[in-house]
Amino acid sequence: MDGILVPLVGGVTIGLASSFLLLATGKIAGISGIFAGTFLGGGERAWRAAFVAGLVASGLLLAWWRPGAVGEGLEAPASVVAAAGLLVGFGSRLGCGCTSGHGICGIGRLSPRSLVATATFMTTAALTVFVVRHVLGGL
Amino acid sequence: MHVLSGLVAGLLFGLGLGLGGMTDPRNVLGFLDFAGDWNPSLLWVMGGGVGVFAALFPAIRRRSGPLFAPAFDLPAMRRIDRELLAGSAIFGVGWGLLGLCPGPAIVNALVGGWKVLLFLAAMAAGMGFHALWQRRRLGEDAPCEHLGPDA
Repeated sequence: MDGILVPLVGGVTIGLASSFLLLATGKIAGISGIFAGTFLGGGERAWRAAFVAGLVASGLLLAWWRPGAVGEGLEAPASVVAAAGLLVGFGSRLGCGCTSGHGICGIGRLSPRSLVATATFMTTAALTVFVVRHVLGGL
Repeated sequence: MHVLSGLVAGLLFGLGLGLGGMTDPRNVLGFLDFAGDWNPSLLWVMGGGVGVFAALFPAIRRRSGPLFAPAFDLPAMRRIDRELLAGSAIFGVGWGLLGLCPGPAIVNALVGGWKVLLFLAAMAAGMGFHALWQRRRLGEDAPCEHLGPDA
């Protein structure tokens, strides 16, 4: 049961956080857009920076409360890490969103754009994992 | 209150990501690895997140406005265009390479070592590069920044 219940509670928490942000500020919890907005302009830096600070603080809290949930599992070489970061940054801006904005909030409000975006990035991500793990045999 | 709400939402969101196992890239890669030893746990995370937001969104939207801002600010774009498809495809490749997307990477910023910081710097560079390219191409900021009160 633990294998379902804890992830489900995590998901519910994410849903509540997104709903709270919408109720309080009228904004969609799209993390790539919020992060980009802290240094690329578009105004409204303050709440965006506060949201990012909250995420960072949650990492510190998790490291203390649930050690092992954070700070582990990034095993790829630095060149791959940098390439992945560039692709994630560029792609999430070109596609107007990432796993949170499209995958959670967008699908939750039945946005056709977000349904298409999520199906697209799920597919290319799964294909990438397939190629890396089963064709190339790891990085 | 606006800023405090952002902080609370970010903190809660990050705790949800941590509880859901999304802050460990190995879980994410295990979920994306349909041909291997598939790890379904992220299905429950997404299901819980989407389910709660879908249930609460209509009720929140029916209000005349948010608590601490004049109006709702939701994506106004409707068109499924090349940018949406290409951007999402590129994002997915980057996500699949490491198992890190923006939220979990930010949660790991201070507790995940230098590689997480490298990822975040590269991600910021990718976003900056996109903004410059977009301005040269279209003479304006990213179209997805055009938000409207109605959606």
